Amino acid sequence: MAVVKWLRRNLVVIAGLLTLAYMILPNVVVMVFSFNKPNGRFNYAWQQFSTDAWADPCGVADLCGSLALSLQLAAWATLGATILGTMIAFALVRYRFRARGAINSLIFLPMAMPEVVMAASLLTLFLNMGAPLGFWTVLIAHIMFCLSFVVTAVKARVMSMDPRLEEAARDLYAGPVQTFVRVTLPIAAPGIAAGALLAFSLSFDDFIITNFNAGSTVTFPMFVWGSAQRGTPVQINVIGTAMFVIAVLVVLGGQFIASRRKNSASPK
Amino acid sequence: MTVTEAPPATEEPPVHKVSARKRLVPYWLLLPGILWLLVFFALPLIYQGSTSVQEGSLEAGFKVTWHFQTYWDALAEYWPQFIRSLLYAGTATILCLLLGYPLAYLIAFKAGRWRNLVLVLVIAPFFTSFLIRTLAWKTILADGGPVVGVLDALHVLDVTSWLGWTEGSRLLATPLAVVCGLTYNFLPFMILPLYTSLERIDGRLHEAAGDLYATPATTFRKVTFPLSMPGVVSGTLLTFIPAAGDYVNAELLGSTDTKMVGSVIQSQFLRVLDYPTAAALSFILMAIVLIMVTVYMRKSGTEDLV
Repeated sequence: MAVVKWLRRNLVVIAGLLTLAYMILPNVVVMVFSFNKPNGRFNYAWQQFSTDAWADPCGVADLCGSLALSLQLAAWATLGATILGTMIAFALVRYRFRARGAINSLIFLPMAMPEVVMAASLLTLFLNMGAPLGFWTVLIAHIMFCLSFVVTAVKARVMSMDPRLEEAARDLYAGPVQTFVRVTLPIAAPGIAAGALLAFSLSFDDFIITNFNAGSTVTFPMFVWGSAQRGTPVQINVIGTAMFVIAVLVVLGGQFIASRRKNSASPK
Repeated sequence: MTVTEAPPATEEPPVHKVSARKRLVPYWLLLPGILWLLVFFALPLIYQGSTSVQEGSLEAGFKVTWHFQTYWDALAEYWPQFIRSLLYAGTATILCLLLGYPLAYLIAFKAGRWRNLVLVLVIAPFFTSFLIRTLAWKTILADGGPVVGVLDALHVLDVTSWLGWTEGSRLLATPLAVVCGLTYNFLPFMILPLYTSLERIDGRLHEAAGDLYATPATTFRKVTFPLSMPGVVSGTLLTFIPAAGDYVNAELLGSTDTKMVGSVIQSQFLRVLDYPTAAALSFILMAIVLIMVTVYMRKSGTEDLV
């Protein structure tokens, strides 16, 4: 009876932890199988422990090339989408202008559209214009679908900003440029950073839109997709695991620094 | 009189000029981004609309003939894939809500000092490419693997294959595997909006409900859940929309019997090169999703007010 009672009281916690396990399980499998030595071309069944793939992560043709391309693409797409998106977000929050409704829906629609629809229609445009498919068409597409997400992230932050801070800066004889650089930008920075981070991960991990518009260019997700047909090298798991570990360390490190800064800033 | 009146007259134009320049600021800020969206999002949709009513072949070229028959032909041939897409995406969305809600609740109210760690664990899977993680499900659900073994021993697979969700003692290449993959892939998109709206709820409301002799269940039904509705709405949208157009899970974890409409669009566009049919299919998908989203947002908006 005590057990039943305990289960009932902690039902939410147990259900939540089970969901968390469901979400983490594939990452564990990816990690474990990065130490596998598969028999055939596919790395789906466990054979024996080996660190071969970790010793030679670029040992598969084109793998690291596609990874470098994806990183480069994500960096440029992030830069483009963050600049354009931040400008739009500031205009939307701070100014009155005509056609606000139309502009709002133009920003909302890409997020409410299945990716395959955008991918197909963009390909139609490129084919009609005779644009050669490759790095540039993919970059254009990535900036397009990241843009709305950056706008949403930055807008949320700018909206919660106290406009009196900027008024105070102007009262203290700061010029418009100085006010923007010394007051507005630092306060909006977390929103901009969140938008940029979102854009980077969306671009880096995008498959559907890229697959339609890349031509013969191969990004990392496209390499993984192709290998699901031809044979999955263990190195894919190595890179997946490395990305996971690095990202978690960066996030935890950032939180550690933030919490320490908070502690030292708060009066004792 | 004329002397005193003159200064304001000369002073006004510059003031006016500055405000005119200021009035243009938002347009300059909007211009590049909006232009980008117009050219690379809106214009392609128009091109696609025109492609869907064209006729012709790759060799002879395509011409607009207002051939709306393509839409009927496409629907007649591929309606099972449409139904399947909506069914799989709908099921995955409900599963995401059922699985995601307890976890979001846990992070918002029960995690205490573990909150940040659990949040990181929710976002962390994102950092490994979703294709690699989806391939991992091939290993987890593999024939003769532990998951299949346990479910088979418990006779769960008998029930699911009687329902038509699985076939024999297999999980891979079945509808259940595809829905399981969709649910897995879009869970974070459900959990994060849910968590955001749950976290905003004032804890004192729970205390007040308790003080008024509400049981925990009643408190949840009358206070917590209604207040989390914005998160439920945006979470279900963020899950359903991408799931309806997804073809990665159907291709990697399913079989030819589990093809979703995204697969069809992709193969018509990239392999069969039947552009009008592909464009028509993509337009129908867009219309279905937009109508469903609009109706749903209207409905949930009114529920919010009640």
